[in-house]
Amino acid sequence: MTSDKFEPRILGFLCNWCCYAAADSAGVARFQYPPNIRAIRVMCTGRMDPLFIIDAFCAGTDGVFVGG
Amino acid sequence: MVEAGRSPNIRIITKAELISVEGEVGDLTVRVRRQPRYIDGDLCTACGMCATYCPVIVSDDYNQGLALTKNPHRDYAQAIPASFYINPAQCLFLNYETCRICVSACQARAINLYEQEEMLDLKVGAVILAPGFGRISEEVLSRYGYGRLPDVVTGMEFERLTSASGPTIGKVIRPSDGQHPNRVAFLQCIGTRDVSCGNAYCSSVCCMYAIKEAVVAKEHDPNLEISIFYMDMRTQGKEFDYARLRAKEKGIRFVRSRVGGVQEKGKFLEISYVDEAGTHFREGFDMVVLSEGLESPRDAQSLAEVTGIELNHYDFCSTRPFSPLQSTRPGLFVAGAFQGPKDVPESVTDASGAAALAAEALKEVRGTEIETKIYPPEIDIGEEPRIGVFVCSCGTNIGGVVDVQAVADYAATLDNVVFADTNLYSCAQNTQEAITETIKENRLNRVVVAACTPRTHEPLFQETLKDAGLNPCLFEMANIRDHCSWVHAIFPEKATEKSNDLIRMAVAKARSLQPLPEQKLPVIQKALVIGGGMAGMTAALSIAGQGFECFLVEKSARLGGNLRHTRFTLTGDDPKQLLQDTDAKIRSHPLIHVYTNTCVENVSGYVGNFTTSIRTKDRSETLEHGVVVVATGGRPYEPEQYLYGKSRQVVTQSELEEGLSRIEEAKRINDIVMIQCVGSRGEDLSYCSKLCCGQAVKNALKILEINPSANITVLYRDMRTYGFTEDYYQLAREKGVMFVHFEKDHPPEVTEKEGRIQVEFLDKLLGEKVVLEPDLLVLSVGIVPNQVEELSKILKIPLTSDGFFLEAHPKLRPVEFSVEGVYLCGLAHGPKPISESVAQARAAAGKACIPLAQGYVTVEPIVSSVDTDTCIGCGICESLCPYSAIRMIKVGKRKKAETISASCKGCGICASRCPSFSISMGGFTNEQIIAQIRALGEGG
Repeated sequence: MTSDKFEPRILGFLCNWCCYAAADSAGVARFQYPPNIRAIRVMCTGRMDPLFIIDAFCAGTDGVFVGG
Repeated sequence: MVEAGRSPNIRIITKAELISVEGEVGDLTVRVRRQPRYIDGDLCTACGMCATYCPVIVSDDYNQGLALTKNPHRDYAQAIPASFYINPAQCLFLNYETCRICVSACQARAINLYEQEEMLDLKVGAVILAPGFGRISEEVLSRYGYGRLPDVVTGMEFERLTSASGPTIGKVIRPSDGQHPNRVAFLQCIGTRDVSCGNAYCSSVCCMYAIKEAVVAKEHDPNLEISIFYMDMRTQGKEFDYARLRAKEKGIRFVRSRVGGVQEKGKFLEISYVDEAGTHFREGFDMVVLSEGLESPRDAQSLAEVTGIELNHYDFCSTRPFSPLQSTRPGLFVAGAFQGPKDVPESVTDASGAAALAAEALKEVRGTEIETKIYPPEIDIGEEPRIGVFVCSCGTNIGGVVDVQAVADYAATLDNVVFADTNLYSCAQNTQEAITETIKENRLNRVVVAACTPRTHEPLFQETLKDAGLNPCLFEMANIRDHCSWVHAIFPEKATEKSNDLIRMAVAKARSLQPLPEQKLPVIQKALVIGGGMAGMTAALSIAGQGFECFLVEKSARLGGNLRHTRFTLTGDDPKQLLQDTDAKIRSHPLIHVYTNTCVENVSGYVGNFTTSIRTKDRSETLEHGVVVVATGGRPYEPEQYLYGKSRQVVTQSELEEGLSRIEEAKRINDIVMIQCVGSRGEDLSYCSKLCCGQAVKNALKILEINPSANITVLYRDMRTYGFTEDYYQLAREKGVMFVHFEKDHPPEVTEKEGRIQVEFLDKLLGEKVVLEPDLLVLSVGIVPNQVEELSKILKIPLTSDGFFLEAHPKLRPVEFSVEGVYLCGLAHGPKPISESVAQARAAAGKACIPLAQGYVTVEPIVSSVDTDTCIGCGICESLCPYSAIRMIKVGKRKKAETISASCKGCGICASRCPSFSISMGGFTNEQIIAQIRALGEGG
């Protein structure tokens, strides 16, 4: 990666039972992916309040990923 | 599996061999020889360093030998125990006294190459045998080129090839050249339904696994052409036929034929087969998958000798249809494929049922010899957060990529962090003790561990907090291994940066963590069983047998359900006797209260605390109980086709069975035609009823027993005499019963001419239509569920599109519902023969007795809570909650929402939809999540 390339900061909301588990499995399998995402674990994506997404953009994230 | 690994009351002994079982039920001594693992499970952190340095490369058995691994290994990443083990046969030190590299590579000092085998004498009350199944011998597989032709693989091998965690990461390749195949053939019934190899039975699961593998392979590569060669497509399980139809829609080709052999023809594998019209074909494929059946376990005979149980003629555990989980020796129960080939849902069901039987045998001593841990009282955490951050190296798993010291130094600069340091292995026993001391010394009141995943390790660290006198909810993890070092190995700087972000977010959340009480709610130790057929009766007897009071409610005037109309069985066991015995046992059991002619009018409450009103004619009664077992059953479908109801010559199988008990009348019947799947599988009912094929074979054999010269023709679509029932199908054919296949689109035609019926159907082998004039036309009709829409609404438990109850998870929770405290068994779940109903009823009883035996239910503190001051009583939360865990109550004159903690799963749908922000989720409050979001922004 070079510093002049746009590197988005992505916030992920991951469901404990599926997507968070999948991200764990990706780790176990040593699946390599770009280091741009930071995850917040929720017990279900039903927990997602639209407010969280707006808050994430206000806090300066470039993208929001909801996995559930 | 993780749960079993974590339970303090389950001791897992691996590499164990049963030597003897002495004594009587309730007082058994089991002698076990335990082979060494050479790696201490308590010390091993599964870091994999031993495998990295071990020079011995071995075949990876878990991946069916399609990959290589090192000698110290664990079979797969989720294996329990999670620790590694060494195979002594391939270890350089254990054979040549050289090497020992692993010993010095292991930083946890877990390897002991001098470990010896040991004998253990275990005092137990009951034994459950679950040794699984064996494999079809290579000699049988070699008849189809296996071993000689590299592109002939077994179904198990193909499964690993299609698996994302397999040796090719899910890429389907030909073993010979590593290329993608274009044409793949699946050959069914390999080593099964095959008298020539001694396995005449059907393995029950292979049709379905072939379809699954074919669909998965097709998803990976849509251009793949897949053909499945089969004799009968046995997708008799619940909703399985839909999977078959979907596979067909995806373009998978089904060919009804048994393939004789596989030949090498240049680049191709050529198979020859004969279609139904008798025409020979040859066809080339790139790859051939042998759908191998399930054998009895290889050591079945020695296991039988050691345990004193009997085996059946195929070396599976011998059981009777009415007691499918009991071996021939009291106190020794069986679960899974050792009882007979079966799939995951049935194995899981059996396991719960066998556990229920063991619980019945041990009810007098329940609660003794159980380990419970005592913790110090919780300390007051005061106002100011004092956060400790522990950054884990996980050997080199994290430390090899992330600069853990820099991360710990960074963490120390964050507000409220009063302690930050690194650990080599945070989960190791000695580190746990050190963390406990650090918490006390630094008066920490919040703990953040930056290590692996909370999904596996949060409970461990929460235990540590409890040991230190902190509430377990004052804990947060940052996943810098699975989500960081492991997946960003080539970007160490970025990974370190990400670790800092994740820790900053975790610390931000930790600041507002609050202690939450672990709620314990009492359980009324009584059960309600709805439905008094064989399933309901069995469940009631098992619950009472485990020592709990039980209300058995039956809508009709008598107990027994469909069993009352069953006259005989294939195996010769007497259903009348079973009914009489069961009925007598129920009537005389002091803990069972029977209510016949009774309907359930309403059920309210939640697990541990249900209130049910029942109505008997003109009298109502209220019952209080902790759990509900739904066994509402089903009944035969009433056909309208094939002149049923119009001609006296046309009857259903049940009516024939009734008639066959009048022998003199039965003797006069000479010519019989049976039609299978009447109304089923895409006609009026979309599904397969699983038991009608067996019933037809049973009645055909009974007719021949009464009148050996009778002519019987069975018209069928697929004969689904799965498992050991296949023997009787074979016997019926040997005795001259004609079985003729027809397609759904070309059903037989039945007409009446001058008062006699005529059946016309296409005989494919002759290529022409055949007309028969039978004395009797017998229709095999399916099973329909009883009317339960009302009950489904009352209990808030869902139905499938076919009107059967929908279980919580078809494979892993087959007798439970998503609503806690409600369980399912019998025909209400789906059509099935009586032995499966009995096993399922025991399973439901076993599950139902878990909260009853415990006497309370614990509620994880992640549940929702409502602020009644701000709640506006709109009821949105109540209508959206998928678990019925919110109810509306009156507070003064206003409606307010209230969480039923015992039913809440913590999903948070209520909180996210609440228009007045009045609902808070334990450990996932708006404040906490927003703190995490904003903390990410602070990193700039």
